[in-house]
Amino acid sequence: MKEIFFWSNMKDILSIAKNKILVLDGAMGTMIQRYKLGEADFRKNWFENHDSPLKGNNDLLSLTRPDIIKDIHNAYFEAGADIIETNTFSGTNIAQSDYGLEKFTYDINFQSAKIAREVALKFTENEPHKPRFVAGSIGPTNRTASISPDVNDPGFRNTSFDKLNLAYQEQITALMDGGVDLLLVETVFDTLNAKAALFAIDEVFNQKKSSIPVMVSGTITDASGRTLSGQTTEAFLISMSHFHLFSIGLNCALGAADMHPYLKILAKKSSFLISAHPNAGLPNEFGEYDETPEKMVKQIKLFLEDNLINIIGGCCGTTPSHIKAIAELADQYLPRKMD
Amino acid sequence: MDSILQPYKGKYQFKWKEFPFMKLSGLEPLVFSPQLNFVNVGERTNVTGSRKFLRLIKEEKFDEAIDVAREQVEGGAQIIDINMDEGMLNGQESMVRFLNLIAAEPDISRVPVMIDSSKWNIIEAGLKCIQGKGVVNSISLKEGEAQFIKQGQLIKQFGAAVIVMAFDEQGQADSYERRIEICERSYNILVKEVKFPPQDIIFDPNVFPVATGMEEHKNNAIDFFKATRWIRENLPAAHISGGVSNVSFSFRGNNTVREAMHSAFLYHAINEGMDMGIVNPSMLEIYDDIPKDLLNKVEDVLFNRTENATEELLSFAQNIKGGIKSEVKKAEWRSESVERRLEYSLIKGITEFIIEDVEEVRIKASKPIEVIEGPLMNGMNTVGDLFGEGKMFLPQVVKSARVMKKAVAYLTPFIEKEKGGKVQSKGKILLATVKGDVHDIGKNIVGVVLGCNHYEIIDLGVMVSADKIIKEAKDHQVDIIGLSGLITPSLDEMIDVAREMEKNNIHIPLLIGGATTSRVHTAVKIEKELPSSTTIHVLDASRSVPVAGNLLSDKKYEFIEKIEKEYQTLRDYHFKKKSQKSYLSIVQARKNKFPITWDSYQVVSPKKQGVHLIQNLSPKEIASYIDWTPFFQTWELYGRYPKILNDEIVGNEAQKLFKDAKKMLIKALDENWLEVRAVFGFWEAYSVDDDILILDKNGKIIAISHCLRQQSKKSSKGYNISLADFIAPKSSGKKDFIGAFVVTAGKDIEAISKKFQDEMDDYNSIMIKALADRMAEAAAEFLHEKIRKYDWGYASDEKYSNEDLIKEKYTGIRPAPGYPACPDHTEKNTIFKLLDAEKNVGVTLTESLAMYPAASVSGWYFSHPEAKYFGLGKIKIDQVEDLSKRKKMDVSIMKKWLSPNLED
Repeated sequence: MKEIFFWSNMKDILSIAKNKILVLDGAMGTMIQRYKLGEADFRKNWFENHDSPLKGNNDLLSLTRPDIIKDIHNAYFEAGADIIETNTFSGTNIAQSDYGLEKFTYDINFQSAKIAREVALKFTENEPHKPRFVAGSIGPTNRTASISPDVNDPGFRNTSFDKLNLAYQEQITALMDGGVDLLLVETVFDTLNAKAALFAIDEVFNQKKSSIPVMVSGTITDASGRTLSGQTTEAFLISMSHFHLFSIGLNCALGAADMHPYLKILAKKSSFLISAHPNAGLPNEFGEYDETPEKMVKQIKLFLEDNLINIIGGCCGTTPSHIKAIAELADQYLPRKMD
Repeated sequence: MDSILQPYKGKYQFKWKEFPFMKLSGLEPLVFSPQLNFVNVGERTNVTGSRKFLRLIKEEKFDEAIDVAREQVEGGAQIIDINMDEGMLNGQESMVRFLNLIAAEPDISRVPVMIDSSKWNIIEAGLKCIQGKGVVNSISLKEGEAQFIKQGQLIKQFGAAVIVMAFDEQGQADSYERRIEICERSYNILVKEVKFPPQDIIFDPNVFPVATGMEEHKNNAIDFFKATRWIRENLPAAHISGGVSNVSFSFRGNNTVREAMHSAFLYHAINEGMDMGIVNPSMLEIYDDIPKDLLNKVEDVLFNRTENATEELLSFAQNIKGGIKSEVKKAEWRSESVERRLEYSLIKGITEFIIEDVEEVRIKASKPIEVIEGPLMNGMNTVGDLFGEGKMFLPQVVKSARVMKKAVAYLTPFIEKEKGGKVQSKGKILLATVKGDVHDIGKNIVGVVLGCNHYEIIDLGVMVSADKIIKEAKDHQVDIIGLSGLITPSLDEMIDVAREMEKNNIHIPLLIGGATTSRVHTAVKIEKELPSSTTIHVLDASRSVPVAGNLLSDKKYEFIEKIEKEYQTLRDYHFKKKSQKSYLSIVQARKNKFPITWDSYQVVSPKKQGVHLIQNLSPKEIASYIDWTPFFQTWELYGRYPKILNDEIVGNEAQKLFKDAKKMLIKALDENWLEVRAVFGFWEAYSVDDDILILDKNGKIIAISHCLRQQSKKSSKGYNISLADFIAPKSSGKKDFIGAFVVTAGKDIEAISKKFQDEMDDYNSIMIKALADRMAEAAAEFLHEKIRKYDWGYASDEKYSNEDLIKEKYTGIRPAPGYPACPDHTEKNTIFKLLDAEKNVGVTLTESLAMYPAASVSGWYFSHPEAKYFGLGKIKIDQVEDLSKRKKMDVSIMKKWLSPNLED
């Protein structure tokens, strides 16, 4: 039953992507901040007696305050997003071990997927002409497989391909069990981590004997045009191209203006669809992203005019009003065509 | 060449165009486009092939082991092969450790990695360490299909390319038939069952020794060649690799023959389609240098084309143990004294061993500074002498400088630690491209050449104001100032600097160089502004060394006196010559305009009017329009391309330079360093006297192009031409058109050039700039053709070769402001405004109206078949006054802009 369900969605989103620019949601963290939550919100019903502080571990809210996460998903769909991301950016046992919660990774991912799915179904039922999708967000973890954290020993690593592979497998299994339509390996700052994620996805697809579309989104850290682990945009693309991806793109670190040249490279060299979800500009002196929707849309318009984009959304600092403006703009343009 | 290869005609042509290219990556991409021809794989990070590397790994001297990898990449390896298969090592641990270490070295990990092992656990451990797309070396059917399939699947899942050995359950393929049988079977399993991307499959059809004396080995080379061709013709998109040195195994100890065999083998293997191989990169392309008699014998053996080829090569080999060619010398020079080795590295521009050799001398020396003052300086003196004698050429000198810089950079920390004093330079020279000018290739070359002759160079860069030059000259207490500029307004800036030097009592020699500068201009216009010192024009980089040398020697005064005498003669001649020429007034000149019969002329309207922007120009296509002759001129190699490549004197160097240039060009195209942007437009226009009035589509005048007219008195058949003559006059009633364009290829060049400079690689820093300039010109040529054929479309059926284009055989012209037909730079403002060029293509104009980035070209388009290029020549003040009225500009300002053309 489940398999047929996935398959029909995959076909849907593939054919929809041919005719329109798909809109992805905006930031989760920025929205959560608006609720001014306290430590108790991160513990409610699940971790009342946990021995270390949990505030800031946003993925937990899918368990403890699902009402808030649903609200946020709702807001983005209302703004016009076609795809929302699950609240699972840090949902690996590697990232959760910092809080001593590695045992809860499955729950976090499963529940996050489930509530996102619920909201998406509700919207699709109300507006069948505009089906909504859920992408399971797979973050980079807080470790790097190809960079040493110890300046005195460049050969040292505090994680490995094998550890990442297993952690990702657990996350992916839970996301798929929870009913996501796509997987989004995002904010890739170390390509080796992402290769481990793709390897894990393959493993899970084989175990489940079913597959769903996979998106990859890298992060170019600064004007050097390279990832944190040192690859150029094109080298990054080549290193991901052994997997039959639904899309490849860029997110985070840069605002839309600075992302433009690297999107051009991807659009020129890639045979996959192209996605972008830039930050709302660059951080101000308080570390906040404050580019207005109007300003951001102005930049994104240039992407669309260059015909670079199939999937567009927002990263740090973006809100439903950004996504609304982006969705309205994207509606006026055709998606990037491949030669 | 050989009967067995007879059916194969010519070099293998890649035929699988429907498949994507194999794409590998380290930190940077490596795309196997057919133009890449051959990719060499570094072989020395291999414990089975290099004793030194094995020792370093065994002794855990990883720093030195990393240097081995670095040297290979610097030496040109495009992939590095890493092998840790040795009984005494824990191969898996060593592989992981080494891969993790080189991941932290961007100058190594920029290239893809080849994980080389016969043990699957080591391969898998290696694949888990590399973020890029690497190559597995190797798998085969040796242990059966099940194993082969499983390994293929995993390699695909890890995302790597794979080398497949021609090896199966029965053993290693040793004939042509077995090779193709096993490779075909392997291919089908991988492509059909594993769904492995076919372009990521590389076959190694086994290079085996020849001339072993055994009958069954006689066809080893030829079978490899044939199998190579068959695989590339029949197994879609697959590649071929091989370890070349095996072929000469039976000639161990005779390097002359071995190297010749390697070169010849490689030459033919590449011809048959081998596109990747484990070789020593420095022995590529020397096929032509193999002595013909030796080559003949070697090829007899490779092709098994005479009965006793082996015996003949053996006996021939006995007699040629001496060094007869460069590659043998290469092995030999390494055994000479370290001082000689340093000198050799400097003269040949080899960076490979410089650090180890410098280190060897440093340990011996009592102070590290002595290494510079002793052997390195001696080596550079030899380079300087050879250059001075015309026995070395500029590209070689720039390469030598690269070696010197590396050596000095290595020694500097030691010198600082010991406080061993500073290296004594011959003097300090300040160099600058003057205010308003952005062209610096020539200046940079001069800096390098002087630098390697022990002058300390203070390079202030481009667009440097007179104030800054004066200040820096004072602060650094320099001995000489050198100014450079390419566009005509820079001549005035130079005069200005001379004036400021005089005013500020800076009485040191001033050197003048750059494309528009001349001895006459220096003698007549600049020298008089600096009476307290001397001003000398320097024709090119090679002259800068003796000039600086003389100025800072005890013969200084004799030298200056000699120059001043020469300049006085020039001045006398100049003023005499002037008075002999006669001119027409501008009114008279207009009466003698270029006659075009407009009544019978059919104007072709442009297909699309208004302004158009193109961003998707293909740099690859444009590169084929490059005119290489000026490129060689930049490097002071004079002669027409392609004849220059066979020039008796500079041919050899021209070939090497050309090879390096092509290599850089391919890299630049792959990396998208030479993005070309262009904007152009067409408008209705008519002429009135010397002005061209440009109209928008509503007939409103939006701009006026103010042209200049030749004023020197012509013979009875000559005309006083102006560009305005090529546009239909208002009185003709014809509706005519004019076009304009700006193209640039230099958007990213400054940053890239700077990157090379930071890596102490002046050679490539200058190279990329010179190429960007050529690309901009090529883009202008390309665009002009496109305009003629399509966008304006007045010559839709023309067909010219690149050579014809260079000779300007086409119809219509594209004169550029600042060049002979319209020397008035201020017209660029008009073009830039019409095309909104700053916004559209990101090119700006400096205060002297130089275009920035420098690799840009702009101009007008004229379509009339009689329109032609001409030189304006000298004009009189009456035209300048007339023009300044038309342009509503101050006469004195107009005079300044036109001073190089003004007869006074």
